Amino acid sequence: MIMPDARPPNGLSRELIALRAARELEPGSVVNLGIGLPTLVAGFVEPADGILFQAENGILGYSGISESDFDSDLINAGGQPVDLVAGASFFDTADSFAMIRGGHIDAAVLGGLQVSAAGDLANWYVPARGGGSVGGAMDLAVGARKLIIAMAHVTRDGEPRIVEVCDYPLTAERCVDVIITDLAVIDVSASGLSLRETAPGVSPQEVARWTGAPLIIPPVVAEMSL
Amino acid sequence: MSVEVFDSPAAAVADIPDGVTILVGGFVSAGTPSNLILALKQTGQSGLTAVANNIGLGDLLDELCEDRQLTRVIATFAIRASGTRSSRFEELYRAGEAELELVPQGTLIERLRAGGAGLGGVLTKTGLGTMMAEGKQTLELDGERWLLERPLRGDVALLKAWRADRQGNLQYRLAGLNFNPVMATAADLVIAEVEEIVEAGVIPPDQVGTPGVYVDRLVRCAPIPVRWDG
Repeated sequence: MIMPDARPPNGLSRELIALRAARELEPGSVVNLGIGLPTLVAGFVEPADGILFQAENGILGYSGISESDFDSDLINAGGQPVDLVAGASFFDTADSFAMIRGGHIDAAVLGGLQVSAAGDLANWYVPARGGGSVGGAMDLAVGARKLIIAMAHVTRDGEPRIVEVCDYPLTAERCVDVIITDLAVIDVSASGLSLRETAPGVSPQEVARWTGAPLIIPPVVAEMSL
Repeated sequence: MSVEVFDSPAAAVADIPDGVTILVGGFVSAGTPSNLILALKQTGQSGLTAVANNIGLGDLLDELCEDRQLTRVIATFAIRASGTRSSRFEELYRAGEAELELVPQGTLIERLRAGGAGLGGVLTKTGLGTMMAEGKQTLELDGERWLLERPLRGDVALLKAWRADRQGNLQYRLAGLNFNPVMATAADLVIAEVEEIVEAGVIPPDQVGTPGVYVDRLVRCAPIPVRWDG
C-alpha cells in the first residue's frame, strides 16, 4: 500500500528520460516527437545515426531546435524554430498524415498522462482542467510502427501513471510498445507489462511499488546505461 | 476562371456575411493568414464558425474572440492541458459562450479533403475507442473496424501563401503549406493573402502549390509575424 506522504525514489531528470528515449531509436529510422519532453529527444541522437525527424505540420528532416533567427514559416509542430538536415522536405498536412497513418513513421515518442496494462494511452485530456487538445496524437498513436511513451512515473501527487485501466479519456487503445520514465524502461506486450531496465539506484521492487498495474519482473533486470 | 486582386485585406473580406463557416489556413505561425484574420476583426462579422488547426497559440484567430465574433470553433488544438495562461477562446468556451468541436489533426485534413474533392467521407482508425468516436458510425470491412468521418467544407477559406501570379496560382515557402492547399479546395469563396503578386509565368508551373482554379481573391500584404512561446 502506498503511504500518502511517501514519495518515489529520485530517478532521471527530464533530460535523461529524453536521452534514454533517444537510445531506443534505430539508426536510419523516421521518427516523430511529441510536444514537451519528447521534443528534447532530438538533442540526444547522433547525427551519424541518420535519424530523420518528422513534424506533423509538414517537415521531414529537421535536426533540432534552431538558435538562429526566427522564421515564422520554419517551425515544428510545437511552434518552435527548427534547423533542417540536408535532404529535408516540406509537404502539406494531407501528405504528413498519410505518412503517419500509412505506416511510414518508424517510431513516435509522445508524452503520457496514463498508460494501461493493455497498452492503452491517455495523453490529451486532463479531467481536472475540463479539457485538452488532441493535435496529431491520436493519429500518431494509431499509425506509428513503434510507440514510445516518455513520462514521469507518477503524478505530482504521487499517483501512478501506469495503471490497470486508464480513467482519463483515451488517445488510442492498445498502442503503446515501450514506456520510459524517470524510474524504468517497461515493455508492453500481449502478456502484460515487463520491466526491462531500472534507473540507477532504483530497485525493481521500488518500480513495482510505484506502478499501478501488475509488473512482470524478470530474474535479471539491467540498470540503465546513460 | 478569374481571380480578383484587392487593395487591402479589409476590402477582400468586407462582403463576408455574418454566420458563415470560415476555413483558416496555417499551423501556429507558419502559413497563417494573419492580415485577413485581423481584417475580419475590423469589419466585425459575428456568429462565425472557424475551422483551423489551432486557436490561442500565439495566432491572431484568438483576437476574434475579443468581441465574441466566433461562436463555434472546429480545431485540433484549442484548450491547453497545462500551463496557467488561457486564451480568449478558452475563456469564452468555459463560459459557455462558444462551442468547440475538437478533431484529430489527420482526421481534420481528410474531412476537408473529402469536402473539397467530392467524396462522401473518410474511413479511419484514428479515434476508435475514444471520445472522438461517440455518436459516429463504425463499419467492419474484411474483418477490420473503421470510424466513418464526414466531409467538411467552408463558405469561405482564408489562406496565406508566399506569392501568387495573376492567374491565382499560389506558391508556398518552407512549412507554410500545412492546411492551405487542402483548404483551397474546400470552400465556396477562397481568399489568399500573399507577399507578392507576379505576372503569369513567373512561378514555374511545377512550383505551383495551389492551382489558380481554386482561388477567387488575392491581396498583397506584408506578413504579420506571430510566434508561440508556449
